[in-house]
Amino acid sequence: MSGTLQRIAPQLIALAALVALVSVFYPAFLSVQMNDGRLVGPVIDVLKRGAPVALLAIGMTLVIATRGIDLSVGAIMAICGAAAAWALASGWGTGAALALALAAGAGAGLWNGLLIAGFGIQPFVATLILMTMGRGVAQLITEGRILTFTDPGFSWLGSGTALGLPVPVWLWLLAGLFVAALMRRTALGLLIEAVGINRRASALAGVNATVLLVAVYVASGLCAALAGIVETADIRGADANNAGLWLELDAILAVVIGGNSLLGGRFSIAASILGALIIQTITTGILLAGFPSEYNLVIKAGLVLVILILQSPRISAEWRLMRDSRRVQPKPAPAKATPTRPAPEDRT
Amino acid sequence: MLLSIRSLTKVFPGTRALDDVDLDIAAGEVHALLGENGAGKSTLIKCLTGAYRRDAGTITLEGAAIDPRSTREAQELGIGTVYQEVNLLPNLTVAQNLMFGREPRRFGMIDPRATRVQARETLARYGLTIDVDRDLGSFSVAIQQIVAIARAVEISGKVLILDEPTASLDAAEVAMVFDVVRSLRDRGMGIVFVSHFLDQVFDLTDRVTILRNGRKIVTTPTKGLSRMTLVEHMLGRALDEATHAPAGAAASAPEPVLYFDGTGRAGAIAPFDLSIGAGEVVGLAGLLGSGRTETAELLFGVRPLQTGSARDTQGPLDLRSPRAAIRAGFGFAPEDRKTDGIVADLTIRENIILGLQARRGWARPMPRAQQNRLADDYIRRLDIRTSGREQPIGQLSGGNQQKAVLARWLAMNPRFLILDEPTRGIDVGAHAEILRLIAELTRQGMAVLIISSEIDEMVAVADRVIVLRDRAHVAELTGDQVSGDAIMRAIAEGDLPGGVAA
Amino acid sequence: MNTRALPLYATIVIFLLACALAWTQFPNILSTRVFGNLLTDNAYLGIVAVGMTLVILSGGIDLSVGAVIAFSGVFIAVMLRDTGLHPLPVFALLLLLTGAFGAGMGFLIDRLAMPAFIVTLAGMFLARGAAYMLSIPSVPITHPFYQTLQGAYVLMPGKGRLTLIGVLMVAVVGLGMALAHRTRFGTSVYALGGGEQTARLMGVNQGRTTVLVYAFSGLMAGLSGIVFSVYTGSGYALAAVGTELTAIAAVVIGGTLLSGGAGYVFGTLVGVMTMGLIQTYLVFDGSLSSWWTKIVIGLLLLAFILLQKGLLRLSRGRLAGGGA
Repeated sequence: MSGTLQRIAPQLIALAALVALVSVFYPAFLSVQMNDGRLVGPVIDVLKRGAPVALLAIGMTLVIATRGIDLSVGAIMAICGAAAAWALASGWGTGAALALALAAGAGAGLWNGLLIAGFGIQPFVATLILMTMGRGVAQLITEGRILTFTDPGFSWLGSGTALGLPVPVWLWLLAGLFVAALMRRTALGLLIEAVGINRRASALAGVNATVLLVAVYVASGLCAALAGIVETADIRGADANNAGLWLELDAILAVVIGGNSLLGGRFSIAASILGALIIQTITTGILLAGFPSEYNLVIKAGLVLVILILQSPRISAEWRLMRDSRRVQPKPAPAKATPTRPAPEDRT
Repeated sequence: MLLSIRSLTKVFPGTRALDDVDLDIAAGEVHALLGENGAGKSTLIKCLTGAYRRDAGTITLEGAAIDPRSTREAQELGIGTVYQEVNLLPNLTVAQNLMFGREPRRFGMIDPRATRVQARETLARYGLTIDVDRDLGSFSVAIQQIVAIARAVEISGKVLILDEPTASLDAAEVAMVFDVVRSLRDRGMGIVFVSHFLDQVFDLTDRVTILRNGRKIVTTPTKGLSRMTLVEHMLGRALDEATHAPAGAAASAPEPVLYFDGTGRAGAIAPFDLSIGAGEVVGLAGLLGSGRTETAELLFGVRPLQTGSARDTQGPLDLRSPRAAIRAGFGFAPEDRKTDGIVADLTIRENIILGLQARRGWARPMPRAQQNRLADDYIRRLDIRTSGREQPIGQLSGGNQQKAVLARWLAMNPRFLILDEPTRGIDVGAHAEILRLIAELTRQGMAVLIISSEIDEMVAVADRVIVLRDRAHVAELTGDQVSGDAIMRAIAEGDLPGGVAA
Repeated sequence: MNTRALPLYATIVIFLLACALAWTQFPNILSTRVFGNLLTDNAYLGIVAVGMTLVILSGGIDLSVGAVIAFSGVFIAVMLRDTGLHPLPVFALLLLLTGAFGAGMGFLIDRLAMPAFIVTLAGMFLARGAAYMLSIPSVPITHPFYQTLQGAYVLMPGKGRLTLIGVLMVAVVGLGMALAHRTRFGTSVYALGGGEQTARLMGVNQGRTTVLVYAFSGLMAGLSGIVFSVYTGSGYALAAVGTELTAIAAVVIGGTLLSGGAGYVFGTLVGVMTMGLIQTYLVFDGSLSSWWTKIVIGLLLLAFILLQKGLLRLSRGRLAGGGA
């Protein structure tokens, strides 16, 4: 547990600093009240509005851990939302609509996974296809209209309250806990990390990399389905044009802010979810603090750049070299092979 | 002398890759540079081509001292290089590749017609008349190699380094490339030829320099050199040293438990028969590139079988993939531990249990206490030098990484374990420990196939040695025949009296 | 047979087939009027796709272009509204800005050794954010010079209008072709896409080429922004959302390998035209809905990616067989 805490410490500190900063401009930021058995306040709002990106970030974390990327999650959200709305509008029950949406998400993930693991297409390219096409499929389902429905059970998922907290908050909390437990209580986490770091060596050790890759994209599709359900339920309608628009980029950003390397390997779901909350705090905070919302994107861009520079393999190598040479003062630094240069051994 | 190297030294942390090496290349000669893995050939070439900076020594080209800092600078000085993997771009046309960086231009734009004409003229001088507008990648490797040679000569023109240019060519293609090399020699170029095909060395070269462990062993005219002497120099042992004391010490060969019948794959290894008994250690001996690793990869399903089949006493075995081979009870510790062995960012513990965990399946994680016990046990038994089992394996030295990979397979307790160069780069203590472990495992009934460049090691552990040459199994030595002398002779000649030709 | 050109031929055949199919149903579709509109309507897309083609050929990707188009429009509109400058110096200033912006991204991609898509993603946020900061509501452009630009066209036989921006797009494609196929810079771009390590060994200056190729893409995005502002007569921060994806799709449908190193700038023009034709067809048909555009484009994308994967495997298999 202390290991997890240490891992997510930078994200926690960043979030705390952000909250403090927002509180300076908007002192009531942290105030929470109880109204009719439900908690209300800006913080609760952040938790609720951050739900779609937090859900997406869970699946995206797994995908990025395998050295992949899933650009299609926004489009999958639209498809799943449209499927659920269509089912409800056609008189299916709440459960059936949910099942259909989840199945659509899993199917979309399976499609991505097969293109990547089966055909060997790069993840960026493979998921770009669905990113382009998915919204068209969603519009096909809604026939271009905003498909509305009145199903109290379903809309409860988006705007209801359970035990004082909005249902979407419970959804990402439970999904995050479930997936994190699944990764760490079973061997899945280890195997996914191994495949992400060195697919060839893992395969030689008997790890079934192909099946793992497909599974990871299916998981991402399922997370996108949940996010799509939340968004559709919240507005009681499916808007194929705008549902989940550009959220794939926010999800990737959340994972990156969570300190997970885009080059695959070690991952932390908790850190990614914190990343999602950081993004939402910035968005909400800018509004509450009275700044024009147009600052939002520029701040996000600055954030990405700073993180990229910190994460860059080249910069960190130079940093390490600098530190080492300072520690071992007198001797000239040995010509350390940079990662891109082959090892000084004879080629076979 | 065209090119003179004196006292060249290059040090990497932990090793002296080149130690006081002298080398002379005359104009109009083809000079073979030979040595096993880690001998220092690549380092020497990289110092020449500017990829590495030397730590000491001098290089003079036509009497002037040079110190190339980049491949480009070396090229401009007159030293061009052609590698085994064609170092041209398959997605550009032949003409673009040949003329890259010096295309004829008109009004600032590349003149495609003039480029084509010049490319065609250049290639004609190498006896090639091909469509220079086609992508380079659509031609055979031999033609690509000749284009690469032509480009290197056109740009540099004094010294040409050929680094295993023939590794993926067939006999007719080799002859084609050699014709080109000979004509360049006759034009007065100095050519350095690196190859592990001894026939080609004898066929093409005028002089031979042999490196071993970063030192120059000898430079001698090729004519009059015997294969035996050559192999001795490369492998570095005088004859009649080690005595055969196989670990199993079985007087009679054990009953085979695994059979491989006519297994082979075109371009990798010629079909061979192999059977191995419980508790038996079979060695694969041969020079680098003789087909040792290819044999191992075939048996472990890394490369699918094209011919033949595998079976045990129960029936046929499926070797379609590493996973299938593992299910059949096989294990394989590969030679290149960095790319094929370790998972660098994972801890030592995770690397050791990875194979076991993959076999158990994701749903049945190994309890942490058991993981810790296993890891600690192997860290102690193999003497893995580490700050603890939770250290990322990428931070260990090469030898310790190798021990951890070995531990992964030992933990899985396979019935048939393939070890590709298990002791390379490992210190003496661990070396003995690994050999002792192999002996212990075979006593418990494990069959072991071991690949090693160290003849003495082979003689010490193997009950039976199969000798490979030019991607084929050429001889098998059993019982008393297993001696350093016999292995060397078989590597050099392949037709040892009493040896069983496959 | 040179397999490299196969995707290009496939693209052209698909375009011609699509034309024939459209013609059998709506004979009017093959008129200079439709053709002129095709050029005009897709001028901004074609221009930005040329920049994207070079980026993709070099093995990279540029997600910022849509945002840069929007920024350009807003920048021009706000400058014309708030200063007394003539549009021409504003254009020059803008192109300088977007070119430098692209160069900056290229510099970061090279220096940080990070995936291009994440760096250009940050660039996308930055450009879109900068556009928002200039103006959230749409800003109309009323300068008389703009009316001149919008009114500049040649009447073709059959009453089709060949507009200035349509001609500009074709000229940019020509420029892109010359740059890609007739300069050392172009060859370096192909070389980088074919393999960075090998390209470096052959003497390609990787850093300079990377910076230049993204600078070119930024420049094209700026030019496309100018054209877009002429086309719409306004600057709007929410304009051209998703144009980067459409441009990437056009490049791939034009036969360029998304992993870099193979393709033709001319193919991109055909790709843009194919996509425009699909849209025109839907307009003519009237009963088919607009979402079919996205689905058909996605399917074409899939088909081309699979085709290229297959070709790659084919040529590798033949080499392995021949080399053994």
